[in-house]
Amino acid sequence: MDATILSRVQFAANISFHIIFPTISIGLAWFLVYIREQADRHPNTVWDTAFRFWVKVFALTFAFGVVSGVTMSFQFGTNWPGFMKTVGAVAGPLLAYEVLSAFFLEATFLGIMLFGQNKVSPAIYKLSVWLVAGGTTLSLFWILVLNSWMHTPAGFVIEEGKVVATDWWAIIFNPSMPYRTIHMILASAATSSFFMMGISAYRWLLGERGEDVQKILRLAAAVAAVVMPLQIVAGDFHGLNTHEHQPAKLAAMEGVWHTESKVPLLLFALPDEQNQVNHYEIKIPQLASLIITHSLDGEIRGLDEFPNAHPPVLPVFWGFRIMVGSGLLMLVLAWGAVWMLRKQKPIPDLLMRILVPATFIGWIPTLAGWYTTEIGRQPFLVTGVLRTADALGQVGGTTLFGSLTAYLVLYAILLGVYVTTVFHMARTGAKLAVPHSESFSHTVAG
Amino acid sequence: MDFLTRDVLVLTFAALMGISIMAYVILDGYDLGVGVLLPRATGHDRDQMIHSIAPFWDANETWLVLGAGILLVAFPIAHGIILNATYLAVLAMLIGLILRGVSFELRVKAPTHRLELWNRMFAIGSATAGLAQGFMLGHFVVAFRDDAASLLFAALVAPCVLSAYTLMGASWLVLKTEGDLQHRAARWGHQALWLTALGIVLVSLATPAVSPRIFARWFSLDRIIIMSPIPLVVTGTVIWLSRWFKQFNADEHDHRAWIPFTLSMGLFLLSGLGLAYSTFPYVVIDQLTIWDAAASTPTLKMVLMGVVVVLPPIILYSAFSYRIFKGKSTHLSEA
Repeated sequence: MDATILSRVQFAANISFHIIFPTISIGLAWFLVYIREQADRHPNTVWDTAFRFWVKVFALTFAFGVVSGVTMSFQFGTNWPGFMKTVGAVAGPLLAYEVLSAFFLEATFLGIMLFGQNKVSPAIYKLSVWLVAGGTTLSLFWILVLNSWMHTPAGFVIEEGKVVATDWWAIIFNPSMPYRTIHMILASAATSSFFMMGISAYRWLLGERGEDVQKILRLAAAVAAVVMPLQIVAGDFHGLNTHEHQPAKLAAMEGVWHTESKVPLLLFALPDEQNQVNHYEIKIPQLASLIITHSLDGEIRGLDEFPNAHPPVLPVFWGFRIMVGSGLLMLVLAWGAVWMLRKQKPIPDLLMRILVPATFIGWIPTLAGWYTTEIGRQPFLVTGVLRTADALGQVGGTTLFGSLTAYLVLYAILLGVYVTTVFHMARTGAKLAVPHSESFSHTVAG
Repeated sequence: MDFLTRDVLVLTFAALMGISIMAYVILDGYDLGVGVLLPRATGHDRDQMIHSIAPFWDANETWLVLGAGILLVAFPIAHGIILNATYLAVLAMLIGLILRGVSFELRVKAPTHRLELWNRMFAIGSATAGLAQGFMLGHFVVAFRDDAASLLFAALVAPCVLSAYTLMGASWLVLKTEGDLQHRAARWGHQALWLTALGIVLVSLATPAVSPRIFARWFSLDRIIIMSPIPLVVTGTVIWLSRWFKQFNADEHDHRAWIPFTLSMGLFLLSGLGLAYSTFPYVVIDQLTIWDAAASTPTLKMVLMGVVVVLPPIILYSAFSYRIFKGKSTHLSEA
């Protein structure tokens, strides 16, 4: 098999497996900050119980994120040595800043957050919870700075085929960075809200209807209901930014083969790369123009303007639709949940039965969105600067195939283990939330 | 910042990488060592062992990311060559670290009947990571040659490094536990010591054999005199450790339970120093120097700025964390 494809699949598998955990843990870390604040303000209330349960779920999720992240940090070099060779002057410092400013901070204070409650003052303990949340977010910031720079590079010149950094302010605040970062923070907030709602609903259906479970349900539903519309607005702004800076990606997202104005919004179509047409179109006239340019007869540049420099259309087109579709579903679910939680007493089982299967729904738009934007950048690794194929390492196809298989098998197993463990924790939630040393007693059995 | 010439910068990053790698092998060394020892304990002792490393392992593993990160960022050419040459060992290491990391959580959070499974995964993950790192060290020492003898040598170094980690782990347990477990930890430490010593001898003999340049560096007359303290002190430390473990008695010696950990750490530092002396200025022995492998001067300056600002606080709050969890870990409990 082709080494470029194998390398890409391996990196995509790794980064997909990785991203699902931080997407939960970053948001969850901030929920824990809020729960901790409430617990300190109202001592000996259900907030303490809630904190003890969720901090354990956080620990599990965080550990999965750490181990998959460490793997990723090695694959930058093993799979894409040309990346560092060409753009190392920008990527190197950004990665270094992430490790230095975020990784040690979150890892060290996580130790205190998980095991130090009896050993430090409440103030230091609370500070640790804040620092873990801050660390995870700082980590998100740096990695999205680098990712955004790969999409919309700025602040550099090319000398002898290599990127030389000239303006760090421009590099960090590159054109797509603010949009992408906000989009991802909101994605994490939404994903973690649905995660908490789903687990709480599951506990509810099992008969665990304590005030702590209800409080988290309401809290998570409220956050989701606020975040989802904000996310749609942020997504819209991000789309405008893509229209301006990455027109080829936008053309693929909208399935626009030829430059035109009054572009219809395609609800459904099968893009045909070979004949450069769409089959089975279902469309709403002029709506794409309105959304992208905020004008009914705005012009969108077509794929024909980017010969040999536009991404494969089908995955980008559908990745985008899956993201938007599942995002809209989340909006409906979030608003429905808030409405039912407020208006209907007692809380209807129906809502709980809907929320449980939606526990991990946030993973769908998150992954679909990342696939849209990353495949949408192809054939470039760094837009206009470095082609993906030119960054490939020397590892042979056979070796790559072997390592890819090993990773895929491991990830599939671990994903299953993670999901079942989370629900197992929900089932044993009451036991897990027992204060302090008793909580370890059930492990002594072995 | 005129004093920051390219020479100074490259040397600084070589030193930083050395420090990160040393910090990693010592810190994650004791974690992995405890993991390897886990099957030799039972029931409650296993929980004690895990408790002793639970608050630290994540931060400890971060030194690996920093070490590899500095290699990637400051010496990108070397990173490409080394990680390509050790691709499969790196794969094994990463899979080991993944298993170890998730088992930490899963052994207490997955259903109780799965506890044994995750204990086993914890030990297997720790051992795999240690062996893979040992293999990488061995392969590095023979300049990443791929002939059968070189690979065999690397395969020999692998269990020695794992044993050195086991020594660190046992010493850590002597420091952090008490009673019967502490006693057994001393015995484990004693057992691990001999393979560790063999590893040091193997690597010490192989490096000059592989490279005439290294041979000349150690065995010219004036150098022998200057450098002779290193092997002498190493030998002395091994003997001291051996006697300490052998005579250990919890009632009398617990107040000096820090001694084996300190001595083991000393062994690691001396070995690291010896290896650095042998290989400098090469990052791939006799093929690639740090000067040739280093990133551009502005890149190094930019990264150094971050290091200068952030590394002191990292060291401070790491020390703070170790102070919070100082003493025996018997009564540690999760939040």
